[in-house]
Amino acid sequence: MRNFKAIFKRELKSYFESPVAYVFIVIFLLATTGCTFFISKFFENRAATLEPFFVWHPWLYLFLVPAVGMRLWSEERKSGTIELLFTLPVTMEQALVGKFFAAWLFVGIALFMTFPMVITVAYLGSPDYGIIFASYLGSFLLAGAFLAVTCLFSAMSKNQVISFVLSVVACFAMLMLGVGVFTDFLNRFFPVWLSESISAFSFFTHYQGFQRGLIDSRALVYFISIIAFMLAANAVVLERKKSE
Amino acid sequence: MIAVQSLSRHFGTIKAVDDISFNVGKGEILGFLGPNGAGKSTTMKMITTFLAPTSGTASVGGCDIIDQPIEVRARIGYLPESSPSYKDMNVYDFLMFAAEIRGYDGSERIDRVKKIMETCNLKEVAYQQIDTLSKGFRQRVGFAQAFLHDPEYLILDEPTDGLDPNQKQEVRNLIKSMGREKCIILSTHILEEVEAVCTRAIIIGSGKIVADGSPADLKAKSKRHGAVYLELENVDSNEVMTSLEKVQGVDKAEKINAEAPASEEGGKAGNLSRVRVYPMFGKSIAHEIASFVRQKNWKLERFSVEEGDLNEVFYNLTKGGAAR
Repeated sequence: MRNFKAIFKRELKSYFESPVAYVFIVIFLLATTGCTFFISKFFENRAATLEPFFVWHPWLYLFLVPAVGMRLWSEERKSGTIELLFTLPVTMEQALVGKFFAAWLFVGIALFMTFPMVITVAYLGSPDYGIIFASYLGSFLLAGAFLAVTCLFSAMSKNQVISFVLSVVACFAMLMLGVGVFTDFLNRFFPVWLSESISAFSFFTHYQGFQRGLIDSRALVYFISIIAFMLAANAVVLERKKSE
Repeated sequence: MIAVQSLSRHFGTIKAVDDISFNVGKGEILGFLGPNGAGKSTTMKMITTFLAPTSGTASVGGCDIIDQPIEVRARIGYLPESSPSYKDMNVYDFLMFAAEIRGYDGSERIDRVKKIMETCNLKEVAYQQIDTLSKGFRQRVGFAQAFLHDPEYLILDEPTDGLDPNQKQEVRNLIKSMGREKCIILSTHILEEVEAVCTRAIIIGSGKIVADGSPADLKAKSKRHGAVYLELENVDSNEVMTSLEKVQGVDKAEKINAEAPASEEGGKAGNLSRVRVYPMFGKSIAHEIASFVRQKNWKLERFSVEEGDLNEVFYNLTKGGAAR
């Protein structure tokens, strides 16, 4: 636990010691609110709901979360600090989980800073706070899933740009599995039960449940197991790649 | 004690480390010598549990590197090659991080870090980003991190690499002073360093141990070990050579064409004969040569018995294996 804490603290601090953190937060806030007000036409809808706000999250996370996570392991491998880290009395799990949670909390902080949106709808009307809470939870879990994918690809390359591109592609695939166009496409080649089960693995379908105010235990289990699976894969990749 | 048992590591078809075994006890400073790519770093990475061996194992203070890696790491202080550190942190924070993982808390952690910063002369840069430090300081940060928990076992991969001569001397003194109660392995390709610091040296070539012994033992492997170097004035060097070779125990005499030092006062240099006389294996010839020279009444300018040349030993043992 102490090692987890030490690594977690170091990682989180390193975000805020570089300008990246502030750039990220500002871009995230500008992009989310910008999309809500200008593209989704939040005011013209005349509805006290944050749906036009949350609908953008998957698409913004698609680029922003890999940007946050790309350096997690590529940087360690490139600068050789991974040798230092794994010759300190730290287990692979402590290091993986410590880093992952630090980055996740960082995204969480950025997400938390969107709270003026909640105040805005509360001022303008009487929204359903249950839905808002569920949507925030879903958004946070979605960010975690994206981040876990990014961690995995970050361990695969010493080059942050390659990590970023691979992560975006992988995250995009995980997202698109559940989008109508893609399922229709799959239906042409596969029997319905197969394309259905493929799209059941999508980030998108599970995220949508939360947006409707539904905290479904299946979706919770889904996101948590996706994160756990990606981190386990991350451990395998790292074990093979760390000394290269 | 660090006990290495038939440790091997293959990268594809390349045998980076090939069946290496040795023991290092307390109070020993073991120098790892070898050309680049000989397997020094790979061996160290395996002992520090960073790299899994292909076969064989090692134990550090009774803990096996494969079964108890965390215990091994806790006992070792390791300075990786070119001492990597988190460049976006300042020195103090970085050492505090290492101290936290090493298990120190509260005021003890702060005391430890302050003490080690003093030992390693890092106080003046405590709050500077590691990124902005010179190579020498960065190396010291690496040292501080390795010595922080006062480990019984130290593994230093090219500790003096990139330091200036004064800093090198400092580091050597530091290592020597610690060597008495610790067990140290250091790698280097600077031969003088081995002579200056190490109590024992292992030469690795192409992943195998090609020599193991004290620096003096290794030098004894040199052809020049026990050779006598003579400078004689106003003699016919060819005559000297032939007569010297008849002395008992002498293997052969060799004329040395030193680049005639132009600065020496006129004429004298021209009359000076420089000769190196090699003994037969295991023979001592200093006395014989000395009395022979006296008997011949040659005018002796210089007479020295050579200890042997580590460079030559190194070259002979590792050439051919240099490119892996």
